[in-house]
Amino acid sequence: MKALALAIVALVGGLLISATVDFPDWGDPASPASLHVSPHYVEKTMEETSVPNIVTAVLADYRGFDTMFETTVVFTAGVACFLLLRRREPRPGPSRVYRHRATGVIVEMSQPPDTEPAPEVFKRIDDDWTPHDLIVMNVCRLLIPFIQLFGLYVIAHGHHSPGGGFQGGVILGASVILLALSWDLRTATTRMKETATGLMSATGVFIYAGVGALALAMGGNFLDYAALSPILMVDPVAARSLGIFFVEVGVGLAVMATMVLIYRNLASEGHLDQGL
Amino acid sequence: MEEYIPLFLTKYNYWVYITLMMIGLWAMIAKNNLVKKIVGMNIFQTAIILFYVSIGAKYGATIPILQHGSGHGHEAAVHAADYINPLPHVLMLTAIVVSVATLGVALALVIKIHQRHRTLEEDEILEQLRES
Repeated sequence: MKALALAIVALVGGLLISATVDFPDWGDPASPASLHVSPHYVEKTMEETSVPNIVTAVLADYRGFDTMFETTVVFTAGVACFLLLRRREPRPGPSRVYRHRATGVIVEMSQPPDTEPAPEVFKRIDDDWTPHDLIVMNVCRLLIPFIQLFGLYVIAHGHHSPGGGFQGGVILGASVILLALSWDLRTATTRMKETATGLMSATGVFIYAGVGALALAMGGNFLDYAALSPILMVDPVAARSLGIFFVEVGVGLAVMATMVLIYRNLASEGHLDQGL
Repeated sequence: MEEYIPLFLTKYNYWVYITLMMIGLWAMIAKNNLVKKIVGMNIFQTAIILFYVSIGAKYGATIPILQHGSGHGHEAAVHAADYINPLPHVLMLTAIVVSVATLGVALALVIKIHQRHRTLEEDEILEQLRES
Protein backbone atom coordinates (compact mmCIF):
# COMPACT_ATOMS: atom_id res chain seq x y z
CA MET A 1 0.00 0.00 0.00
CA LYS A 2 2.77 2.44 0.95
CA ALA A 3 4.75 1.58 -2.20
CA LEU A 4 1.69 2.12 -4.38
CA ALA A 5 0.98 5.44 -2.66
CA LEU A 6 4.59 6.55 -3.12
CA ALA A 7 4.43 5.63 -6.82
CA ILE A 8 1.21 7.62 -7.32
CA VAL A 9 2.55 10.63 -5.43
CA ALA A 10 5.86 10.59 -7.31
CA LEU A 11 4.11 10.23 -10.67
CA VAL A 12 1.60 13.05 -10.06
CA GLY A 13 4.26 15.30 -8.53
CA GLY A 14 6.66 14.71 -11.43
CA LEU A 15 3.95 15.44 -14.00
CA LEU A 16 2.92 18.65 -12.24
CA ILE A 17 6.52 19.87 -11.87
CA SER A 18 7.24 19.21 -15.54
CA ALA A 19 4.07 21.16 -16.39
CA THR A 20 5.22 24.23 -14.44
CA VAL A 21 7.78 24.99 -17.18
CA ASP A 22 4.91 26.43 -19.25
CA PHE A 23 3.40 28.37 -16.34
CA PRO A 24 3.73 32.17 -16.14
CA ASP A 25 6.66 33.49 -14.12
CA TRP A 26 6.22 34.55 -10.51
CA GLY A 27 4.80 38.09 -10.34
CA ASP A 28 4.45 38.46 -14.10
CA PRO A 29 1.95 41.31 -14.77
CA ALA A 30 1.16 39.79 -18.19
CA SER A 31 0.24 36.36 -16.91
CA PRO A 32 -2.93 35.01 -18.61
CA ALA A 33 -4.97 35.11 -15.39
CA SER A 34 -4.39 38.86 -15.06
CA LEU A 35 -5.37 39.78 -18.62
CA HIS A 36 -8.92 38.52 -19.11
CA VAL A 37 -11.52 39.98 -16.73
CA SER A 38 -9.45 41.29 -13.84
CA PRO A 39 -8.40 44.58 -15.55
CA HIS A 40 -12.09 45.41 -15.90
CA TYR A 41 -12.64 44.74 -12.21
CA VAL A 42 -9.66 46.85 -11.17
CA GLU A 43 -10.39 49.81 -13.43
CA LYS A 44 -14.20 49.93 -13.36
CA THR A 45 -15.13 48.83 -9.81
CA MET A 46 -15.01 52.36 -8.41
CA GLU A 47 -17.28 53.92 -11.03
CA GLU A 48 -19.66 50.96 -11.21
CA THR A 49 -20.08 50.16 -7.50
CA SER A 50 -18.22 52.93 -5.58
CA VAL A 51 -16.54 50.25 -3.43
CA PRO A 52 -12.75 50.72 -3.06
CA ASN A 53 -12.11 47.15 -1.89
CA ILE A 54 -12.22 45.31 -5.22
CA VAL A 55 -12.29 41.90 -3.54
CA THR A 56 -15.50 42.76 -1.70
CA ALA A 57 -17.08 44.22 -4.84
CA VAL A 58 -16.24 41.15 -6.94
CA LEU A 59 -17.31 38.79 -4.16
CA ALA A 60 -20.71 40.28 -3.43
CA ASP A 61 -21.66 42.00 -6.68
CA TYR A 62 -19.96 40.71 -9.84
CA ARG A 63 -19.89 37.15 -8.50
CA GLY A 64 -22.95 37.46 -6.26
CA PHE A 65 -24.45 34.13 -7.30
CA ASP A 66 -21.26 32.28 -6.37
CA THR A 67 -21.19 33.85 -2.92
CA MET A 68 -24.89 33.22 -2.32
CA PHE A 69 -24.50 29.51 -2.89
CA GLU A 70 -21.25 29.59 -0.90
CA THR A 71 -23.28 30.83 2.05
CA THR A 72 -25.74 28.03 1.34
CA VAL A 73 -22.85 25.54 1.44
CA VAL A 74 -21.85 26.82 4.88
CA PHE A 75 -25.46 26.60 6.07
CA THR A 76 -25.78 23.07 4.67
CA ALA A 77 -22.58 22.00 6.44
CA GLY A 78 -24.02 23.30 9.71
CA VAL A 79 -27.27 21.41 9.13
CA ALA A 80 -25.31 18.25 8.23
CA CYS A 81 -23.29 18.44 11.47
CA PHE A 82 -26.48 18.99 13.45
CA LEU A 83 -28.30 16.06 11.84
CA LEU A 84 -25.30 13.73 12.18
CA LEU A 85 -24.43 14.46 15.80
CA ARG A 86 -27.25 16.05 17.78
CA ARG A 87 -28.66 13.74 20.47
CA ARG A 88 -31.78 14.59 22.47
CA GLU A 89 -31.39 12.01 25.25
CA PRO A 90 -28.97 12.96 28.07
CA ARG A 91 -25.51 11.47 28.32
CA PRO A 92 -25.49 8.15 30.26
CA GLY A 93 -23.50 7.59 33.44
CA PRO A 94 -22.96 9.67 36.60
CA SER A 95 -24.22 12.93 35.34
CA ARG A 96 -24.08 15.87 37.75
CA VAL A 97 -21.02 17.37 39.42
CA TYR A 98 -21.26 20.63 41.41
CA ARG A 99 -18.76 22.93 43.03
CA HIS A 100 -19.73 24.74 46.22
CA ARG A 101 -18.78 28.31 45.40
CA ALA A 102 -17.80 29.46 48.89
CA THR A 103 -15.62 26.52 49.94
CA GLY A 104 -14.62 24.90 46.65
CA VAL A 105 -15.95 21.49 47.76
CA ILE A 106 -16.90 19.21 44.84
CA VAL A 107 -20.20 17.28 45.11
CA GLU A 108 -20.92 14.41 42.72
CA MET A 109 -24.44 13.06 42.28
CA SER A 110 -25.04 9.58 40.88
CA GLN A 111 -28.24 10.70 39.17
CA PRO A 112 -29.67 14.10 38.22
CA PRO A 113 -31.40 15.80 41.17
CA ASP A 114 -35.11 16.58 40.98
CA THR A 115 -34.51 20.29 41.52
CA GLU A 116 -31.35 22.07 40.47
CA PRO A 117 -29.47 23.58 43.45
CA ALA A 118 -29.32 27.36 43.57
CA PRO A 119 -26.70 28.43 40.99
CA GLU A 120 -25.26 31.14 43.25
CA VAL A 121 -24.41 28.49 45.88
CA PHE A 122 -23.58 25.42 43.77
CA LYS A 123 -22.08 25.80 40.30
CA ARG A 124 -22.46 22.88 37.92
CA ILE A 125 -19.10 21.77 36.45
CA ASP A 126 -18.00 19.16 33.89
CA ASP A 127 -17.55 15.47 34.80
CA ASP A 128 -13.80 15.59 34.21
CA TRP A 129 -13.20 18.17 36.93
CA THR A 130 -12.41 21.59 35.45
CA PRO A 131 -10.26 23.78 37.67
CA HIS A 132 -11.58 27.18 38.69
CA ASP A 133 -9.19 29.33 36.65
CA LEU A 134 -9.82 32.91 37.74
CA ILE A 135 -7.31 34.60 35.41
CA VAL A 136 -8.28 32.84 32.19
CA MET A 137 -12.01 33.27 32.82
CA ASN A 138 -11.83 36.96 33.67
CA VAL A 139 -9.37 37.90 30.92
CA CYS A 140 -11.65 36.22 28.38
CA ARG A 141 -14.68 37.95 29.90
CA LEU A 142 -12.97 41.31 29.37
CA LEU A 143 -11.72 40.39 25.91
CA ILE A 144 -14.86 38.93 24.32
CA PRO A 145 -16.85 42.21 23.92
CA PHE A 146 -13.90 43.80 22.13
CA ILE A 147 -13.49 40.78 19.86
CA GLN A 148 -17.17 41.05 18.96
CA LEU A 149 -16.88 44.78 18.36
CA PHE A 150 -13.92 44.13 16.05
CA GLY A 151 -15.96 41.47 14.24
CA LEU A 152 -18.76 43.98 13.61
CA TYR A 153 -16.19 46.52 12.40
CA VAL A 154 -14.70 43.98 9.98
CA ILE A 155 -18.16 43.25 8.54
CA ALA A 156 -19.24 46.89 8.27
CA HIS A 157 -15.91 48.26 7.04
CA GLY A 158 -15.34 45.52 4.46
CA HIS A 159 -15.91 48.04 1.65
CA HIS A 160 -12.89 50.16 2.51
CA SER A 161 -10.40 47.81 4.18
CA PRO A 162 -9.65 44.09 4.19
CA GLY A 163 -12.71 42.37 5.60
CA GLY A 164 -16.26 41.41 4.84
CA GLY A 165 -18.97 39.03 5.88
CA PHE A 166 -16.99 35.82 5.93
CA GLN A 167 -14.07 37.23 7.92
CA GLY A 168 -16.19 39.18 10.39
CA GLY A 169 -18.56 36.25 10.83
CA VAL A 170 -15.68 33.97 11.70
CA ILE A 171 -14.37 36.50 14.27
CA LEU A 172 -17.83 36.74 15.88
CA GLY A 173 -18.14 32.95 15.92
CA ALA A 174 -14.66 32.63 17.44
CA SER A 175 -15.67 34.97 20.28
CA VAL A 176 -18.51 32.62 21.25
CA ILE A 177 -16.19 29.61 20.93
CA LEU A 178 -13.69 31.41 23.20
CA LEU A 179 -16.44 31.78 25.79
CA ALA A 180 -17.16 28.04 25.52
CA LEU A 181 -13.46 27.23 25.91
CA SER A 182 -12.65 29.57 28.79
CA TRP A 183 -15.87 29.14 30.79
CA ASP A 184 -17.76 26.07 29.71
CA LEU A 185 -20.09 24.91 26.97
CA ARG A 186 -23.21 25.40 29.13
CA THR A 187 -22.43 29.10 29.68
CA ALA A 188 -21.95 29.64 25.96
CA THR A 189 -25.17 27.77 25.20
CA THR A 190 -27.16 29.87 27.68
CA ARG A 191 -25.72 33.07 26.19
CA MET A 192 -26.47 31.98 22.61
CA LYS A 193 -29.34 29.48 22.61
CA GLU A 194 -29.38 26.56 20.23
CA THR A 195 -32.65 27.62 18.57
CA ALA A 196 -31.34 31.15 18.11
CA THR A 197 -28.15 29.80 16.53
CA GLY A 198 -30.09 27.73 14.01
CA LEU A 199 -32.44 30.60 13.23
CA MET A 200 -29.55 33.04 12.76
CA SER A 201 -27.85 30.65 10.37
CA ALA A 202 -30.99 30.37 8.25
CA THR A 203 -31.72 34.11 8.53
CA GLY A 204 -28.31 34.93 7.08
CA VAL A 205 -28.99 32.92 3.94
CA PHE A 206 -32.52 34.38 3.81
CA ILE A 207 -31.19 37.97 3.96
CA TYR A 208 -28.84 37.28 1.07
CA ALA A 209 -31.46 35.62 -1.11
CA GLY A 210 -34.05 38.19 0.02
CA VAL A 211 -31.95 41.13 -1.15
CA GLY A 212 -31.58 39.35 -4.50
CA ALA A 213 -35.31 38.67 -4.75
CA LEU A 214 -36.10 42.28 -3.77
CA ALA A 215 -33.96 43.47 -6.67
CA LEU A 216 -35.94 41.08 -8.89
CA ALA A 217 -39.23 42.50 -7.57
CA MET A 218 -38.02 46.05 -8.23
CA GLY A 219 -37.60 45.23 -11.92
CA GLY A 220 -33.88 44.47 -12.05
CA ASN A 221 -32.05 41.18 -12.39
CA PHE A 222 -31.63 38.84 -9.42
CA LEU A 223 -28.95 40.34 -7.11
CA ASP A 224 -28.74 43.50 -9.26
CA TYR A 225 -28.52 45.94 -6.36
CA ALA A 226 -28.79 49.01 -8.61
CA ALA A 227 -32.52 48.25 -8.88
CA LEU A 228 -32.85 48.94 -5.15
CA SER A 229 -32.04 52.64 -5.55
CA PRO A 230 -35.73 53.84 -5.31
CA ILE A 231 -36.12 52.13 -1.88
CA LEU A 232 -32.76 53.22 -0.54
CA MET A 233 -33.22 56.73 -2.00
CA VAL A 234 -29.68 56.93 -3.40
CA ASP A 235 -28.29 56.84 -6.93
CA PRO A 236 -27.82 53.39 -8.54
CA VAL A 237 -24.05 53.32 -7.96
CA ALA A 238 -24.36 54.00 -4.23
CA ALA A 239 -27.23 51.48 -4.14
CA ARG A 240 -24.77 48.81 -5.27
CA SER A 241 -22.48 49.72 -2.39
CA LEU A 242 -25.36 49.51 0.11
CA GLY A 243 -26.65 46.28 -1.43
CA ILE A 244 -23.22 44.73 -0.94
CA PHE A 245 -23.37 45.80 2.70
CA PHE A 246 -26.78 44.14 3.30
CA VAL A 247 -25.55 40.96 1.66
CA GLU A 248 -22.38 40.97 3.77
CA VAL A 249 -24.48 41.26 6.94
CA GLY A 250 -26.37 38.16 5.85
CA VAL A 251 -23.14 36.30 5.15
CA GLY A 252 -21.68 37.32 8.51
CA LEU A 253 -24.78 36.15 10.39
CA ALA A 254 -24.84 32.78 8.61
CA VAL A 255 -21.10 32.15 9.02
CA MET A 256 -21.06 33.12 12.72
CA ALA A 257 -24.03 30.93 13.62
CA THR A 258 -22.73 27.98 11.60
CA MET A 259 -19.25 28.12 13.19
CA VAL A 260 -20.83 28.07 16.67
CA LEU A 261 -23.22 25.28 15.65
CA ILE A 262 -20.46 23.07 14.24
CA TYR A 263 -18.18 23.67 17.24
CA ARG A 264 -20.88 22.88 19.78
CA ASN A 265 -21.95 19.65 18.16
CA LEU A 266 -18.39 18.46 17.58
CA ALA A 267 -17.11 19.34 21.05
CA SER A 268 -19.93 17.69 23.00
CA GLU A 269 -20.72 14.83 20.57
CA GLY A 270 -24.15 16.34 20.11
CA HIS A 271 -25.25 16.45 23.78
CA LEU A 272 -24.53 20.20 24.20
CA ASP A 273 -24.03 19.72 27.96
CA GLN A 274 -20.28 19.65 28.35
CA GLY A 275 -17.32 19.55 26.04
CA LEU A 276 -13.88 20.99 25.49
CA MET B 1 23.20 23.68 -15.39
CA GLU B 2 23.28 27.46 -15.77
CA GLU B 3 20.17 27.60 -17.95
CA TYR B 4 18.16 26.04 -15.09
CA ILE B 5 18.90 28.84 -12.64
CA PRO B 6 16.43 31.37 -14.17
CA LEU B 7 13.90 28.56 -14.46
CA PHE B 8 14.29 27.84 -10.76
CA LEU B 9 14.14 31.50 -9.78
CA THR B 10 10.91 32.19 -11.67
CA LYS B 11 9.08 28.92 -11.01
CA TYR B 12 10.13 27.72 -7.57
CA ASN B 13 6.90 28.98 -6.01
CA TYR B 14 4.95 26.38 -7.98
CA TRP B 15 7.33 23.68 -6.80
CA VAL B 16 6.68 24.61 -3.17
CA TYR B 17 2.92 24.25 -3.71
CA ILE B 18 3.36 20.95 -5.56
CA THR B 19 5.48 19.61 -2.69
CA LEU B 20 2.81 20.65 -0.18
CA MET B 21 0.09 19.16 -2.35
CA MET B 22 1.93 15.86 -2.65
CA ILE B 23 2.39 15.74 1.13
CA GLY B 24 -1.38 16.08 1.45
CA LEU B 25 -2.03 13.47 -1.26
CA TRP B 26 0.41 11.07 0.43
CA ALA B 27 -1.37 11.51 3.75
CA MET B 28 -4.76 10.91 2.16
CA ILE B 29 -3.66 7.70 0.41
CA ALA B 30 -1.14 6.10 2.75
CA LYS B 31 -2.11 7.10 6.28
CA ASN B 32 -4.17 4.63 8.26
CA ASN B 33 -5.79 7.01 10.72
CA LEU B 34 -8.89 8.84 9.52
CA VAL B 35 -8.01 12.11 11.30
CA LYS B 36 -4.59 12.08 9.62
CA LYS B 37 -6.36 11.67 6.27
CA ILE B 38 -8.45 14.76 7.05
CA VAL B 39 -5.28 16.67 7.97
CA GLY B 40 -3.85 15.58 4.60
CA MET B 41 -6.94 16.88 2.83
CA ASN B 42 -6.49 20.25 4.54
CA ILE B 43 -2.82 20.44 3.55
CA PHE B 44 -3.88 19.71 -0.02
CA GLN B 45 -6.46 22.51 0.06
CA THR B 46 -3.88 24.92 1.49
CA ALA B 47 -1.56 24.15 -1.42
CA ILE B 48 -4.33 24.98 -3.90
CA ILE B 49 -5.10 28.23 -2.06
CA LEU B 50 -1.41 29.29 -2.15
CA PHE B 51 -1.24 28.41 -5.85
CA TYR B 52 -4.24 30.56 -6.75
CA VAL B 53 -3.12 33.54 -4.68
CA SER B 54 0.36 33.44 -6.22
CA ILE B 55 -1.15 33.50 -9.73
CA GLY B 56 -2.65 36.89 -8.94
CA ALA B 57 0.66 38.44 -7.87
CA LYS B 58 2.22 41.21 -9.99
CA TYR B 59 5.60 42.86 -9.54
CA GLY B 60 5.36 46.44 -8.29
CA ALA B 61 1.61 46.19 -7.57
CA THR B 62 -0.25 46.65 -4.32
CA ILE B 63 -3.25 45.01 -2.66
CA PRO B 64 -6.55 45.30 -4.60
CA ILE B 65 -8.00 48.08 -2.47
CA LEU B 66 -8.18 51.35 -4.35
CA GLN B 67 -6.65 54.43 -2.80
CA HIS B 68 -9.37 57.04 -2.76
CA GLY B 69 -10.15 60.45 -1.40
CA SER B 70 -13.41 61.84 -0.11
CA GLY B 71 -15.22 61.82 -3.48
CA HIS B 72 -16.65 58.79 -5.25
CA GLY B 73 -14.95 57.67 -8.43
CA HIS B 74 -13.76 61.00 -9.74
CA GLU B 75 -10.04 60.58 -9.05
CA ALA B 76 -7.29 59.91 -11.56
CA ALA B 77 -7.66 56.85 -13.78
CA VAL B 78 -6.87 53.48 -12.20
CA HIS B 79 -4.36 51.26 -13.99
CA ALA B 80 -4.78 47.50 -13.74
CA ALA B 81 -1.01 47.00 -13.50
CA ASP B 82 -0.87 48.91 -10.20
CA TYR B 83 -3.12 46.47 -8.33
CA ILE B 84 -2.75 42.71 -8.02
CA ASN B 85 -5.41 40.52 -9.58
CA PRO B 86 -8.41 40.44 -7.20
CA LEU B 87 -10.11 37.44 -8.80
CA PRO B 88 -7.95 34.65 -7.28
CA HIS B 89 -8.39 36.28 -3.87
CA VAL B 90 -12.17 36.16 -4.23
CA LEU B 91 -12.13 32.56 -5.39
CA MET B 92 -9.89 31.51 -2.51
CA LEU B 93 -11.91 33.45 0.05
CA THR B 94 -14.83 31.20 -0.82
CA ALA B 95 -12.58 28.11 -1.05
CA ILE B 96 -11.40 28.68 2.54
CA VAL B 97 -15.00 28.78 3.68
CA VAL B 98 -15.78 25.56 1.84
CA SER B 99 -12.70 23.93 3.39
CA VAL B 100 -13.93 24.87 6.89
CA ALA B 101 -17.38 23.49 6.05
CA THR B 102 -16.00 20.20 4.71
CA LEU B 103 -13.71 19.95 7.74
CA GLY B 104 -16.69 20.29 10.06
CA VAL B 105 -18.71 17.64 8.25
CA ALA B 106 -15.68 15.32 8.01
CA LEU B 107 -15.04 15.58 11.75
CA ALA B 108 -18.72 14.93 12.47
CA LEU B 109 -18.55 11.76 10.34
CA VAL B 110 -15.35 10.72 12.14
CA ILE B 111 -17.09 11.12 15.51
CA LYS B 112 -19.95 8.92 14.30
CA ILE B 113 -17.47 6.28 13.06
CA HIS B 114 -15.68 6.35 16.40
CA GLN B 115 -18.96 5.96 18.29
CA ARG B 116 -19.81 2.85 16.29
CA HIS B 117 -16.40 1.15 15.95
CA ARG B 118 -14.48 2.60 18.96
CA THR B 119 -11.43 3.14 16.72
CA LEU B 120 -10.26 5.45 13.96
CA GLU B 121 -7.69 3.11 12.35
CA GLU B 122 -8.88 2.22 8.87
CA ASP B 123 -7.66 -1.40 8.89
CA GLU B 124 -9.33 -2.14 12.23
CA ILE B 125 -12.62 -0.67 10.98
CA LEU B 126 -12.43 -2.74 7.78
CA GLU B 127 -11.75 -5.86 9.86
CA GLN B 128 -14.80 -5.17 12.03
CA LEU B 129 -16.90 -4.67 8.91
CA ARG B 130 -15.71 -7.98 7.41
CA GLU B 131 -16.48 -9.89 10.63
CA SER B 132 -20.02 -8.63 10.90
